[in-house]
Amino acid sequence: MSHAEEYEQQNVHEVYQQIAQHFSATRYKPWPIVEQYLQNLTPGSIGLDVGCGNGKNLLVNRNVFIIASDRSENLARIALQHQPHSAVVADILHLPHRDGYFDFAMCIAVVHHLSTPERRVQAIAEILRTVKRGSDTQPGGTVLVYAWALEQKNSRRGWDKGDQQDIMVPWVRKNPTAPEESQTFNRYYHLFEEGELERDIESAGGHVVTSGYEKDNWWAIATPKVKVSP
Amino acid sequence: MKVITANFVTCAVKECKTSPTSFPLHFHDAELEMQELDFQPEFIRNVIPRIDWEGLRVTANELGFPSLPESKPEGEALGDEQTLKDLHRLLLETQVMEGKLICGNCGHEYVIKEGIANFLLPSHLV
Repeated sequence: MSHAEEYEQQNVHEVYQQIAQHFSATRYKPWPIVEQYLQNLTPGSIGLDVGCGNGKNLLVNRNVFIIASDRSENLARIALQHQPHSAVVADILHLPHRDGYFDFAMCIAVVHHLSTPERRVQAIAEILRTVKRGSDTQPGGTVLVYAWALEQKNSRRGWDKGDQQDIMVPWVRKNPTAPEESQTFNRYYHLFEEGELERDIESAGGHVVTSGYEKDNWWAIATPKVKVSP
Repeated sequence: MKVITANFVTCAVKECKTSPTSFPLHFHDAELEMQELDFQPEFIRNVIPRIDWEGLRVTANELGFPSLPESKPEGEALGDEQTLKDLHRLLLETQVMEGKLICGNCGHEYVIKEGIANFLLPSHLV
């Protein structure tokens, strides 16, 4: 295991295994852009939700089929209940899916957990690999990516441009009957600065179709770059 | 794990993706369970065109289902309610609760435990 892998194992994967239940109870509403993206899909579209968490984004559209995956088995198990979709345990850097096969893929609030620039680009490239390549006659599949923003001075965290981008964020699991038994878990995050997500997508071989800012996150919709025929 | 899921997964090992023998993954020691789900004919009709039929035939055979027709139902055949019901039962209601999925190229075994398949690779395959 490389140093980065070990670091993420300890500071991301194990934390989510521990906080899965409580985390899930606080995550129930998809963000508006995610909701809109999913509602606009053609019925019968097949797609992926990489890093699905508790599967809250699986509730939006029952006319498409989503294979959701998460690195945390505890979270993937919670996601399993959302019909008609499906959930498996998988790693974002080694997805168990064929090349160029899917109509869409989303990766919401996940790539900010990878601890080096190379691994973040590799993760985006891995997701781009799974969606259909476009041609002159047919549009390709699309990928929706969200990552936590550095610029969020109005949030309760209050970070802004110029602040440290690689940080540990505490998750406090309160015990209502015994406050002294509350536990704090620290998760690693890389906060994306303005324009960084778009740059990473380009480096990963993607073409940014549209991008923006919503709820303290940068987001982008991208497609695999079309190879220009000579 | 729903049977339909097997149609959309393959080996997580990068080198296997280009090998035709890595799809579909092969079920071994599969324990099945039926879980009733609302029948949505429109959903099945929309999803069938996106199914790898050859792959599904292999999967159904390995799980001991009667042989599927050689060619994928299209056009009028998708209007036949019994056909759609049979596919609904196979694809969405049949769950593999325990067992293994094995790659025909590298031989790696992915374990299915309590209805969930685990595709994390051991470090020597990463």
